[in-house]
Amino acid sequence: MRAYKPKNDVQKKSYYSDRFYITPTLAKTSIYNDSVLAQDVSSLSNVVNILDSYIQADHLVIIIDPTDNVKAIKHLKEIRAYDFMMELTAVDYIASKGGFEIVYEMLSTSKHKRIRVKAFLKQGEAIETVEPLFRMADWSEREMYDMYGVVANNHPNLKRILMPDDWNDHPLLKSYPLEGDEAASWYEVDKIFGEDARDIVGPELRDAACVDRYDTERFARLGHEVPKGVKISEGEEPDTPIRYQEEGGVQLFGKKLVTPFDEIESVTLKERR
Amino acid sequence: MQVKNRLKPFFENITFEREDNTMVVNFGPQHPSAHGQLRLMLELQGEEVVKAYPDVGYLHRGIEKMGENMIYNEFLPTTDRMDYIASSSNNYGYALAVEKLIGVEVPRRAEVIRTMLLELNRIISHLFWLATHALDVGAMSIFLYAFREREFAMDLMEDYCGARLTHSAIRIGGVPLDLPERWCTDLEAFMSVLESQIPIYEGLLTENRIWRMRLEEVGVISPKLAREWGVTGIALRGSGVKWDLRKEMPYGLYPELDFDIPVANTCDSYGRYKCYMAEMYESMKILRQLVVMYKDTDSQIMAHSPEYISSSKEEMMTQNYSLMQHFVLVTQGMRPPVGEVYVATESPKGELGFYIVSDGSPYPYKLKCRAPSFWHTGLLADLLPGCQLADVVTIIGNLNIVFGEIDR
Repeated sequence: MRAYKPKNDVQKKSYYSDRFYITPTLAKTSIYNDSVLAQDVSSLSNVVNILDSYIQADHLVIIIDPTDNVKAIKHLKEIRAYDFMMELTAVDYIASKGGFEIVYEMLSTSKHKRIRVKAFLKQGEAIETVEPLFRMADWSEREMYDMYGVVANNHPNLKRILMPDDWNDHPLLKSYPLEGDEAASWYEVDKIFGEDARDIVGPELRDAACVDRYDTERFARLGHEVPKGVKISEGEEPDTPIRYQEEGGVQLFGKKLVTPFDEIESVTLKERR
Repeated sequence: MQVKNRLKPFFENITFEREDNTMVVNFGPQHPSAHGQLRLMLELQGEEVVKAYPDVGYLHRGIEKMGENMIYNEFLPTTDRMDYIASSSNNYGYALAVEKLIGVEVPRRAEVIRTMLLELNRIISHLFWLATHALDVGAMSIFLYAFREREFAMDLMEDYCGARLTHSAIRIGGVPLDLPERWCTDLEAFMSVLESQIPIYEGLLTENRIWRMRLEEVGVISPKLAREWGVTGIALRGSGVKWDLRKEMPYGLYPELDFDIPVANTCDSYGRYKCYMAEMYESMKILRQLVVMYKDTDSQIMAHSPEYISSSKEEMMTQNYSLMQHFVLVTQGMRPPVGEVYVATESPKGELGFYIVSDGSPYPYKLKCRAPSFWHTGLLADLLPGCQLADVVTIIGNLNIVFGEIDR
């Protein structure tokens, strides 16, 4: 039986598997190993409900409810001196858990500590913006919306930032193929030639490694050359015989070194006859 | 929302007819001073900027999406294409993040070579910044001088790894090659040349009346604004915040090295210019220490971790198991443990962070690059209102933004 592959995850997967291989996990340690971080967690737990907290790779991770995000970040910024928000992004877990993990990466320059606040958001729900606390969230929430379609409520200007405004779908979703979807292949055709010209122009080639042997306009047919633009199809390929220079003898100083074999003039054959 | 129609040529750069007295100008995306594909919509009242709206995305190549569909080693050359002025710093940031994920200790010689490349690349990046920024502001000769020295530095890079711009010279687990013979001597010769040249640049600029008039009190970033926008690097240090990850949250060899962090309290473009010049001296100071350090390291340049990193060429050609492991690592890729890391390094532009989520498969589940220039561009929306139109060019050039890493 074939392994089950979720439809909404088209990302490249490993071809090989080893059923005896046990995947190791990056160690999670207790927050009490670090007194500064333990204080941060206990202080934050008075304000919001902390679902889980641990230290992974010298980095404090706090998991909260998505509805508490503004409260938690405000507390961390104003009371716990985490003065920088370094990164704000989402991780697509739609295929496995049915939602996104929103990640807030914060830094305290006074305490020299980093902290990651995570919240799990179900698909279709929106998260409250943290833009009033950190201006940088203006752009990162736009990027999050652009790349994942996660909406931030009360955001001052929630528009796409990297992709064009009229782009279809959100490219960093696991359900979005690497070379783009169908709409992507018509995007530039529509822009440049207009939607009416779709039949004439055809979709954009978005697979960089694609070679079409019947396309004589854009691809060379080494060894099977045909004039450019000639329409050929499978089974009706013209036969282009491969000719070598040696055929008919190699011309060197006006004298042929290798003379072609002539059946009638051949002395050996004459004798045999 | 753009109107869904075919592109039509039209005079889009200036909108004249508006009810108020302001004029909307499109600065870019093809403006030579925009340092790449920056479209900046400016609302002008006379020559004063009333509102600025930076629009990015013209160089978006989906590097993060590509990263999620590549094995870890395959992605490394792609990181070159983010901040292409200082590609070693991207390689290092990525390599460090993966090394943290797989828990690999890098041999000392590799660490020395990496730090050398990073600091040399910092000099290259700063020279490039100086050249282009001065050109934007109107000092043409500096451009020629600084590019000449940058060529020497890039020759050194070429001697080491064969590439001038996209190095890929720092790999996961170490470096691919040892330094060539005479490289350290050439490096010292380059540094003595640079040391004699930087005073010339400073002589041309530091007390230059035009330079000071165009930079002083232009683009003032208050520490509060810098914190709001997540501004890092020299843009932050120019605002009087002494924050350099090499010193404050050190990684690699930096705890052992002796160097200073230049800080300016003026918060303006001129202060940042001073920081850039001082940082080049500091990088040279670091490079001199590294040349000495290099001499007493043993020859290992790749970490020994058969689970994740291929063995050396010699081992591969003599030992069966090493060759088998190499085949597995090349065809399938390494499988790091399940977990997530965020590793930040100090690139010439600011804090360059890589956030990697691994689900134990050879492809990263999520790869996010925190590029410093992204926030420096976002900052323009709050920084430009109130400036003169001519200062916009100064501010963009001064913030040292590179579009490869903004749009990714």
